Amino acid sequence: MAQTLYDKLFDSHVVHQEEDGTALVYIDRHLVHEVTSPQAFEGLRVAGRKLWRADSIVSTADHNTPTTGWDRGIDGITDPTSKEQVVTLDKNMKIYGALAYFPFLDKRQGIVHVIGPEQGATLPGMTVVCGDSHTSTHGAFACLAHGIGTSEVEHVMATQCLVAKKMKNMLIRVEGILPAGVTAKDMALAIIGRIGTAGGTGCAVEFAGSAIRALTMEGRMTLCNMAIEAGARAGMIAFDDATAAYLKGRTFAPKGKEWDIAVEYWKTLKSDDGAHFDNVIELRAETILPQVTWGTSPEMVTGIDGRVPDPEKIKDAGKRGDMERALLYMGLTPDTPMTEIHIDKVFIGSCTNSRIEDIRQAAWVVKRLGKRVAGNVKLALVVPGSGLVKAQAEAEGLHTIFTDAGFEWREPGCSMCLAMNADKLEAGERSASTSNRNFEGRQGTGGRTHLVSPAMAAAAAIEGKFADVRRLV
Amino acid sequence: MDKFVVHKGLVAPMDRENVDTDAIIPKQFLKSIHRTGFGVNLFDAWRYKNEGQPGMDNATRPLNPDFVLNQARYQGASILVAGKNFGCGSSREHAPWALQQYGFRAVIAPSFADIFFNNSYKNGFLPIALTDSQVRRLIDETKGFVGYEVTIDLNAQTVTTPGGEVMAFDITPHRKFCLLNGFDDIGLSLRHAEKITAFEAARKARHPYYFNTRIA
Repeated sequence: MAQTLYDKLFDSHVVHQEEDGTALVYIDRHLVHEVTSPQAFEGLRVAGRKLWRADSIVSTADHNTPTTGWDRGIDGITDPTSKEQVVTLDKNMKIYGALAYFPFLDKRQGIVHVIGPEQGATLPGMTVVCGDSHTSTHGAFACLAHGIGTSEVEHVMATQCLVAKKMKNMLIRVEGILPAGVTAKDMALAIIGRIGTAGGTGCAVEFAGSAIRALTMEGRMTLCNMAIEAGARAGMIAFDDATAAYLKGRTFAPKGKEWDIAVEYWKTLKSDDGAHFDNVIELRAETILPQVTWGTSPEMVTGIDGRVPDPEKIKDAGKRGDMERALLYMGLTPDTPMTEIHIDKVFIGSCTNSRIEDIRQAAWVVKRLGKRVAGNVKLALVVPGSGLVKAQAEAEGLHTIFTDAGFEWREPGCSMCLAMNADKLEAGERSASTSNRNFEGRQGTGGRTHLVSPAMAAAAAIEGKFADVRRLV
Repeated sequence: MDKFVVHKGLVAPMDRENVDTDAIIPKQFLKSIHRTGFGVNLFDAWRYKNEGQPGMDNATRPLNPDFVLNQARYQGASILVAGKNFGCGSSREHAPWALQQYGFRAVIAPSFADIFFNNSYKNGFLPIALTDSQVRRLIDETKGFVGYEVTIDLNAQTVTTPGGEVMAFDITPHRKFCLLNGFDDIGLSLRHAEKITAFEAARKARHPYYFNTRIA
């Protein structure tokens, strides 16, 4: 029977299945960070259980780590509770002998969803989990990757398996060519705008079509990263030459003859012709504009040529209430053109958009505009996704484009995406952010987040308000 | 894990959609390395008038009187009824921990985000999906009648209102079995340890490259 990519990935990992379909699914790669793992390690210890397979773990500290002051070492983490989490991860990695650990201050440290692929630790055909919802990112490599909770982190540590039921199959097909200046991030936001933040609930989503195949691996990671914002735990894209080209030669990737054998298998990691999908969504790439969110949920989004919506025009009372609440929180007036919204801070970074291609796109826009950050913008941060991304960007001279224009060029980490470290919005401040969530308080209590692509964020920094990057290209 | 069999309790309404886990428990409280102590910071940004930080004396913080859970009539509530897509966003299990440690035993909504839904079961905290119209009615009745209580019977898979209306809900046999008995998954899964070992050995033979441990 014709199978989807998800069917193949799920079925090839079933260790045991109950009558009601509940399965024990083998986990190949367990990504671990400091925030969602301490309670799991504690649970193992309390129950006197062993770690099943230390070499499945790839670990780093990213959420709490500061983006400045690295010269002060661990004391650069000034918040004692943040420091305790980072130190606790150090201890647990040592106790349990997990060797693939990229600790705070290591030159390969970074956001876990950036360094997994960067190290070749995410491979096609794998199951990849992490106590982090943006684990969907790794599906860009034709693997089954999704976020789990801390109890499940402990379960994987103790059993190398997850208890799971098969999800539904959903296909999102994007055909055509994205207009110049429109990126994978805009595609992701446009999809969420179309299907809503619960549109993919209960589903594993496969992204397919000519516009997807044309994306770089960085773009594919951005798209799969945002699958969770459409409600889908897992997003994925079939294996192809781009996947192989990205992985070849990376630390954990197979080498020599083993590489050839692996690639032969990986070529089967696509949906068969005629495979059944429970739900199919189709979009044309040409119709996608640069996107900007206006509300407190990623589905509250519009094109750059749009306006802040008017709740008066919404019939459904529940939806109207949500919109009114969002506009009140965001401090926005209905019918304001998006290009008239002024911002206070800019954040270029996060597991969504902090890879080398993202940094290049933002730098290109800054250079093209040839001006400094606007006077009303108090802070414009560029936070590379990993030490290796940072080094690559510096080798290309991109950092000086930013610093010459008045941006701050920081050390890697999650940073202002969720503001667990010192980088945050103050109450009432408005950001243009390349991250993934515009929830109330996400970037700081009372902070107002507008999600955009790296190019759009860079343009907003220079103009001081949102601007259409299509006019630059 | 706590058992869940039958629970009768006061209902509190959260009449909005897409309640995300950042709202349920803001990120600054995720810095704890423990599983407990999250209840006082449940819905922190909505519940208090000032910005909460770990280690604060929450008893002295100004409450937001407009927030539903601060109203006198909902004190002691143990069942939350909310709009669709409850628990969306971050995978933080601190969200069900915070709800449970506040005193909730169950949350009823038309739909839930997948990770939150899954995390809840692991803690003996029951997420119940009912239809849009059933949830609408529960929210309206909760608002309309002070002291509104419902009974959740997991064995029968029902929610019963004071008026005697019985609403059925779905749950997988595996999850029901675990909740009724207070079993955690790890012990159950380890009964299959030999199967896991065999699967792993076969996988390693066929795909050795998934077991590479090269690290500088």
